[in-house]
Amino acid sequence: MKEGLRQSMAWLHTWSGLLVCWVLLLVFAGGSASYFKDEISFWMMPELHATEREPVPQAQAIERAVGYLQQQAPQAERWFITLPTARSTALRVGWIGAAPKDGPVGSTRSRFQSELLDARTGSKLAVRQTRGGEFLYRLHFDLHYMPVQWARWIVSLCALFMLVAIVSGVITHKRIFKDFFTFRPRKGQRSWLDAHNATAVLALPFHLMITYTGLVTLMFMIMPWGIQSAYRDQGGESAFFEEVFPSGAGRGKPAGVAAPLVALAPLAAQAQQHWQGVPPALVVVNHPGDAKATVVIRREKTATLSYLQPAMVFNGLTGVEQATVGEQPSPTAVTRGVLYGLHLGHFADPWLRVLFFLCGLSGYLMVATGALLWGVKTRQKQAKAIAQGARPGFGLRLVEALNLGVIAGLPIAFASYFWANRLLPLDLAQRAQMEINVFFAAWALAAVLAQCRPSLGMWRVQLGMGAVLFIGIPVLNILTTHSHLGVTLLLGRGPWPVAGFDLLMLALGAALALAERLLARRQRKPGARPSAPRAAQARGIEETA
Amino acid sequence: MPETTSRSCRGPALYERLAVLSRIVAAVAGGYVLTSLCTIVAARYLPMGRADAVMTATMSSFAIFTCAVIWVFAARSAWRAWAGLAVPALLLALLLALVAWGGSVAA
Repeated sequence: MKEGLRQSMAWLHTWSGLLVCWVLLLVFAGGSASYFKDEISFWMMPELHATEREPVPQAQAIERAVGYLQQQAPQAERWFITLPTARSTALRVGWIGAAPKDGPVGSTRSRFQSELLDARTGSKLAVRQTRGGEFLYRLHFDLHYMPVQWARWIVSLCALFMLVAIVSGVITHKRIFKDFFTFRPRKGQRSWLDAHNATAVLALPFHLMITYTGLVTLMFMIMPWGIQSAYRDQGGESAFFEEVFPSGAGRGKPAGVAAPLVALAPLAAQAQQHWQGVPPALVVVNHPGDAKATVVIRREKTATLSYLQPAMVFNGLTGVEQATVGEQPSPTAVTRGVLYGLHLGHFADPWLRVLFFLCGLSGYLMVATGALLWGVKTRQKQAKAIAQGARPGFGLRLVEALNLGVIAGLPIAFASYFWANRLLPLDLAQRAQMEINVFFAAWALAAVLAQCRPSLGMWRVQLGMGAVLFIGIPVLNILTTHSHLGVTLLLGRGPWPVAGFDLLMLALGAALALAERLLARRQRKPGARPSAPRAAQARGIEETA
Repeated sequence: MPETTSRSCRGPALYERLAVLSRIVAAVAGGYVLTSLCTIVAARYLPMGRADAVMTATMSSFAIFTCAVIWVFAARSAWRAWAGLAVPALLLALLLALVAWGGSVAA
C-alpha cells in the first residue's frame, strides 16, 4: 500500500468485494426475486389460478374474515386481516394465539398463524403448503437454518463491505463513462474486466441505492447507539419508536370481560372516506371479544415512495374514532420511509419492478464477473508455476470452486425450489419446509461437486443443469397444472402473472443454455486455456444490454 | 479493476503483512467505534427535534463508516490511518465526557 490512492483503492475494492461476494450473490438473487414476491407466491399455489379474480367488495371481505376468525381464533390476542389487492386477490387472515395460562409464554412469532381465505365464501382455501416468494424474500436478509439476528448481522456486514467496494471501485475507476461503452470480447482478463465494468456502471445508481437503503432497513440493529444515548433517560428505545412510528392508543391490557366486537366494515368505510377514497389494506384487532378491544386500520400503499402509511384507531366496542396516526410524519421519518420504500419497491408498477429486477440481475452479474475476474487474474499470475506442473494455490482453488458452486449452483437451487413445489406430494408433512430443504440440498450438491472438481467441464455440467431445470419448469407446469403457457398465453386466458413467470423461466434457462454452448465451443477450440469460463460474461451482456 | 498491489514472488515482508492486518482492524473496529461516536454526538446535538436528530444521525452513519474505511486504506501508513481515526474519536469522546461531567456537577 505504498503506491498511490488508485492502487490502494483497487486493493480495497478487490478484497472487500471478494471476501463477501458469495453471500452477496445469494442476497442479490433472493432480493431480485423479491420484487415479484406476490407473483411467485401466486405461481406456487396453482390452486388459486382457477379462482375468480374479480375483486370482492371490501365490506364483504372483512365480514368473511371476521366470521372465520371468530370461529377459529376467538381467544386470540390479536387478529390481522390483510385485504385483497390487485397483486394478490386472496384474503389473508392471521392471529396471535393467546399465551398459555400455564407454562412459558413463548414469542408472539411462535404463536402466530395465518390462513388464506376465499374472499367470496370466507372458507379456507385449499392450497398446497408453501412459503412461496416469502421464503426468497426472507432468504435475502434472514438467510435460513440460523437465528434471524445472526443472519441479519452477517448480511449487514456483507452490505457494508459492498458499500465500501462500490465506493472504492468508483475511485479506482479512471474512465467511468468511457468504460461503460467498452467491451473487448475474447481478450481473456480484459474481457472480464469490461464485463464487470459494464454491469457495475450500467446500474451503478441502483447498486448504490439498494446497498445503502438495505442498510437503512436494518439501521436500528446495526447502529443503535444514537437512540441509546439520546433516549437513555427518556424511556429508551421503545419511547423513540413510539415517538417516530406511533402505534396510536397503544394496545393496553385486556379487561378480561367479554364484550361483542363492533362491526368492522363501517369503520373501514369511514377510514377510506377519511383518506379521500384510498382504501385500507390491513385491519388489526387487539384483544378481540374483550371489553378493551381496539381496531387499527392501515391505509393501502399508494403511489408514494415512502412506505409509511397512516392508520386510524377505533374503540372496538363503540366504534368511536380514538386517534389518527402518522398523518403528518416528520421530515426525517419520511426520508427514512422513502429510503426504505425505494428498497422494497412496493410503489412501483409492474414494468418498473421489471426494471428493478433487471438491475438486481445486473448486480448478480457484477458480483459474479468480479469474483471470476479475481480467479482469472490470480491464475495468470500462477500460470508459469502451473505450466511447470505445480498445483494452483489453495486460495485460487477455493475461490474458483466457490465461484462455480455459487454462480452456477444458485440457479440450480432456485429452479429446484420451483420443481419441488410442483412435485412434492401435497399431503407431505412439513411440506413448506421440505420445499426449502430441496432448495438447499440442490445447492449443497452443486457446491460440493464444484469443490471436488472445479473444472471447465463442471461449469458446463452445472450451467447445463440449470438450463434444463429452468426450461423444464414451464414443461412441468403443463404436466401438473391447468394454468400452463398453452392456456395462459396461447389461449390468452391468463392469469398473466403465471404466464410471465413461465416466460421468465424460459428466458433464464435460455441464457444459461447459451452460456453452456459458448463454453462448449471454447473447450473445443485448440489451445484454449482451461480456466474459468468466459461464456458467463456473454450471458452478462445478453441480460443487461 | 487495475492491478492490485504488486508483490514480490517471496510475498510481502512480515512488517507489511502486519501493517495490512492493522489497517483491517482499524477499518472494521476503529471505523465502527468512530461511526458510533459520530452518531451519538449528532443524535444529541443536531439542531432539530430529538427523534429527528436520532434518525438523521443513524441514517448518515453508513456514509461516515464508508469514509472512515476509505481513509484507513488511503492513508500513507498504518500509523497515520490509526491516527486519523483516533484523533476525531478522542475529541468526540472528550466532548461527551465533558458534557456528562458538567451535567453531574450541575446536578
